[in-house]
Amino acid sequence: MTTTVDARGFSCPQPVLMTLDEIKKADKGEIVILVDTDTSKENVSRAATSQGWQVKDVLEEGGRYRIIISKE
Amino acid sequence: MYQLKNIFATWRGIIGVGAFIGIFAPLLQKWGNPGNMGICVACFERDIAGAIGLHRAEVVQYMRPEIIGFVLGSLIAAYIFKEFRPRAGSAPIVRFVLGAFAMIGALVFLGCPWRALLRFSAGDGNAIFGLLGLIAGIWIGTRFLKSGYNLGRTEKTYTSVGWLLPLTMLGFFILMLIFPQIQGEAKSGILFYSVKGPGSMHAPLIVSLLLGLCIGFIAQRSRFCTMGAFRDLILFRQAHLFSGLAALALFAFLTNLIVGQFHPGFASQPVAHTMSLWNFGGMVLAGQAFCLAGGCPGRQLFLAGEGDGDAAVFVLGMIVGAGFSHNFGMASSPKGVGPHGIAAVIIGLLVCLFIGFTMRKK
Repeated sequence: MTTTVDARGFSCPQPVLMTLDEIKKADKGEIVILVDTDTSKENVSRAATSQGWQVKDVLEEGGRYRIIISKE
Repeated sequence: MYQLKNIFATWRGIIGVGAFIGIFAPLLQKWGNPGNMGICVACFERDIAGAIGLHRAEVVQYMRPEIIGFVLGSLIAAYIFKEFRPRAGSAPIVRFVLGAFAMIGALVFLGCPWRALLRFSAGDGNAIFGLLGLIAGIWIGTRFLKSGYNLGRTEKTYTSVGWLLPLTMLGFFILMLIFPQIQGEAKSGILFYSVKGPGSMHAPLIVSLLLGLCIGFIAQRSRFCTMGAFRDLILFRQAHLFSGLAALALFAFLTNLIVGQFHPGFASQPVAHTMSLWNFGGMVLAGQAFCLAGGCPGRQLFLAGEGDGDAAVFVLGMIVGAGFSHNFGMASSPKGVGPHGIAAVIIGLLVCLFIGFTMRKK
């Protein structure tokens, strides 16, 4: 099951904290994180990778980003 | 797999940006800026407050082009790389108050985190207490972050909102051209200029402005932040931003050594005092305020340049805070803390705790 973290409008470290919270809960699977700055996009991607998750895709939708991370 | 495209956001990028600032800040001092103050965001915003007469401390009045360059350089980078995102509305009044108290704390220590590193890398032992205070303040801030503290979401807004601080900076620069410094005169038109003291010491305008623009540009790309460096290390055990800060300190040390600006000791350091407890305390306040507001003073300028109206309010809070600081005898001098500096730090800490405790969502 895919869970979605809506971190739009928050600046760091909130998007990273929210992502890490979800990673702790999920353990594995797929998580979608919504952010709206490039800094948040980079920070969330970096944090996910450091936790052993893979950044599968980053989709831009009208200046906002949908980051899809997963862990087998 | 998705790869980061922004080279400045890589390890090498952030280290390169730290090294660039570390090399050029001591050189700016060699070219005329005050002692161990090649770049100090707090001191320079305080000098700007003096230049426009928000305080009348005669020795610290100068329209610092570095600050203007930081905001405009970031704006240029944000536009080139399509990252200009006008946004605002995340507790602006709180950011203003945090900015004011951050400045008050920084002026008790006599420097922002950048200057704390520059002082340390030039051998000023008093800076160690400032840096420890900064880390302690950020640590307190991270406790609040962990327990759900946040200032709420921003909203996307009109482009002009994001332009207001860059335009203000442009206005300051135009004022500087209309009312240029006149040798030996304390005032030119409506602008104040120090004739002695740190405010009278500055690199040539064009050098300061160009370096400010360059640093603003690369810092926007790399997200360089001295508060974030310690915060991420404490919160996530992540050393990405910290590597930039370490590079700044290392390269500043080497540059100071090469140009003969390294003078180890505690007494008689330039624009510094030796009251260790209040060097520490001032930066506990500043560090906590930076952490609660999401960025060091430099980062707030870069954010304001890329359209963040809330960061712009923090910057204005710092400039107004500098006015309060000098008008009310809260700023330190080389002789020691000001008559009301200690009271200001205590009140500031209480205000930060109030904000931290009452703005948590779980």
